[in-house]
Amino acid sequence: MIPEIGHYALVLALLLAIVQSSVPMIGAARGNAAWMELGRTAAYGQLLMVGTAFAALTYAYVVSDFSVLNVVQNSHSAKPMLYKVSGVWGNHEGSLVLWVLMLALFGAAVAWFGGNLPPSLKARVLGVQGMIGVGFLIFMLATSNPFIRVFPVPADGNDLNPLLQDPGLAFHPPFLYLGYVGFSLAFSFAAAALIEGRVDPAWGRWVRPWTLVAWSSLTLGIGMGSWWAYYELGWGGWWFWDPVENASLLPWLAGTALLHSAIVVEKRDALKTWTVLLAILTFTLSLVGTFLVRSGVLTSVHAFAVDPERGVAILILLLLATGGGLLLYAMRASSLKVGGLFAPVSREGALVLNNLLLSVACAVVLIGTLYPLLLDSMTGQKISVGAPFFNATFVPLMIPLVAVMAVGPLLAWKRGDLAGALGRLKFAALVTVVCVLWALYINGVKPVMALVGIAMAAWAFFGAVAELADRVKLFRIPLGQSWDRAKGLPRGAWGTTLSHAGLGIAIAGMVGTSAWLTEDIRVMNIGDTASVAGYEFTLEKVESGRVDNYTTETGTFLVSSGGDFVARLHPEQRWYPVARMETTEAAIHTTFYSDLYAVLGDRSEQGEGWVVRIYHHPLVPWIWFGAIVMVLGGLVSLSDRRFRLGVPVRRAAKAPAAAAQPAE
Amino acid sequence: MTRKKRRMYILGLALLGLGTATALTLSAFEENIVFFFSPSDLVSNPPGDRSVRLGGLVEEGSIQKLDGGMTIAFRVTDTVQTVPVTYTGVLPDLFREGQGVIAEGKLADGVFQAREVLARHDETYMPPEVADALKRAGEFRPEPPGRAVYAPEAE
Repeated sequence: MIPEIGHYALVLALLLAIVQSSVPMIGAARGNAAWMELGRTAAYGQLLMVGTAFAALTYAYVVSDFSVLNVVQNSHSAKPMLYKVSGVWGNHEGSLVLWVLMLALFGAAVAWFGGNLPPSLKARVLGVQGMIGVGFLIFMLATSNPFIRVFPVPADGNDLNPLLQDPGLAFHPPFLYLGYVGFSLAFSFAAAALIEGRVDPAWGRWVRPWTLVAWSSLTLGIGMGSWWAYYELGWGGWWFWDPVENASLLPWLAGTALLHSAIVVEKRDALKTWTVLLAILTFTLSLVGTFLVRSGVLTSVHAFAVDPERGVAILILLLLATGGGLLLYAMRASSLKVGGLFAPVSREGALVLNNLLLSVACAVVLIGTLYPLLLDSMTGQKISVGAPFFNATFVPLMIPLVAVMAVGPLLAWKRGDLAGALGRLKFAALVTVVCVLWALYINGVKPVMALVGIAMAAWAFFGAVAELADRVKLFRIPLGQSWDRAKGLPRGAWGTTLSHAGLGIAIAGMVGTSAWLTEDIRVMNIGDTASVAGYEFTLEKVESGRVDNYTTETGTFLVSSGGDFVARLHPEQRWYPVARMETTEAAIHTTFYSDLYAVLGDRSEQGEGWVVRIYHHPLVPWIWFGAIVMVLGGLVSLSDRRFRLGVPVRRAAKAPAAAAQPAE
Repeated sequence: MTRKKRRMYILGLALLGLGTATALTLSAFEENIVFFFSPSDLVSNPPGDRSVRLGGLVEEGSIQKLDGGMTIAFRVTDTVQTVPVTYTGVLPDLFREGQGVIAEGKLADGVFQAREVLARHDETYMPPEVADALKRAGEFRPEPPGRAVYAPEAE
């Protein structure tokens, strides 16, 4: 009964989405307040219905209802509860329900928080949001219905892929989707603005918080995914330039550019047409990300949902959304007024450069990801483009980006003073040189790129600190006054500092582990000691055991350094009998400077000892710490009161005079 | 004029960026594209000293461990031709006999020395290239034997 309720709720959600995508639009065109208001009601209704469907599916998973095909294929009665729940979105159909739930959530959020939006703009934003919902709900009901029943009822399920049974991955898709789908709002705002024929600073101020929410979620989601790949896949890598990773990086790059160009729209009323285009492209890339991952067109470690027919359907959706958005842009962009002037050396100039570099980097990653697919479909020739290509193209673009990143916030709007800005970065430059010399002293000149990378990391971090110090006039006025200034700074400024510093920290981690990793593979017996990067690893014992739905072999390593105890590591080999699959659980000891990483492999041929892999990853924890600091920066920016108060009141537009708004 | 000037600046910068990116991309493509071979392709048309990807099934009973388990030797087959492969390092969790695999490396003296091995990460997943190689060899079982996936009757 419950699954039928969920199924019915999805159909009702589709009907509501059709109402939401049409009635408010017509209302906005005719200036009919009641019709415009209907958009809000429909958005709330849609959230309620999709929420009901999601809850019904979750319930089917929790009670292991094996009359539902989706549960049979992806769950098992012996699975721990956390993974029964995360199994809901660990597969194609369920993840689509989550996708649409997020979409409805953002639609309802605009309805709820959009009190200060002009009624016609709000109605149109909700309308476009409704259209996206219609597309995805039709797609779901037609090709990927999660509530299909199966008779006779099987005794038990097929289990979720054990690699996905991991806390890091349980929460990775929801955040990633929150990011992907969050950009749908930027798209809806852009489309609505094009229909209205009006983009102004107020529009920029409305779009920015939503973009910030999406960007922060996406950053967190990508960070979690990278962390999962690092410890769960047991290869000790944090980024493989895998097509699926690239699929999440593309909207992130575009979204980061959007975040920065929206600032120019809000503060200077410039870059408007570009920002609107970028909003459309960012959501397009989110859809591309969904398409790449969900259609199985890729050979990838992530492709756990493979179905070409669905891929074609997603592709059609993608073309409709993109084609519609770009067509609207082509027809209406000329109606937007040109914005203010600025000199090349100014904060706008720096932000334009930021957008250029990010867009080009985005294009490069897109080409490297899609070219093999295109070539395959055209000629049948199969190629793959790996890490060397991306390292050779992406990294050189990031160097100028980071170089400008420290300078940009110190430049004035309209006309900046480059010499003055660089002068205020003297301290940051000095510390950067010291950091590079220190890296030289410890590791030598080995990879020159590593030294460049460390310079970039230090420049980004200390540049961000220097900018903050400059704002509070640190050491130029008494400390107490500096403190008062710091308290008075807008939170947006703190957000900038945090996010830029976080990127610096993350870059240091990436460079550290890429350049100075120590790796050791050997066969060890009980009692043997291996020496890696100045640490002694002694294999003390290997024990067998049995947990929920798997059996284990657990090794115990005693790690010491110069005779002092450091840690005990317990790497595992797991065997999941239901899925007939082995997984390797690495054991990791994290210190401030590095990770010690041990993996227990198979028994060696002679039955004497195990194949063991030990890594020393310098600075690697900083990658995820940096990502967390970036997300914090996003959240701090989001809490800036300027987003809630004092939104510039729009001068009466040429839009039809709407009837008096209903009292709220 | 200033508006025009500014536009020229931005346009110049954009073109410069695009030009640089194009140059970077093309030169990187030149060096870093990896072609895909099935065992039959590899035997009939050896790639020389280029790094390539080899895809097929891990032949039943072919996995051997050398030097105490550090190096793995196995054979990859598309049921027509078979190529011996050696690999030192980390095998993916799903590496198993009778299943699809993709290895990246070089062919030396008739043995494929793999730098990297990718196996499917799911019971029901077959890398498209491998499926394709098997199809061309005229042998493709969409489902691995021994485990029926529960599917409803066709609607």
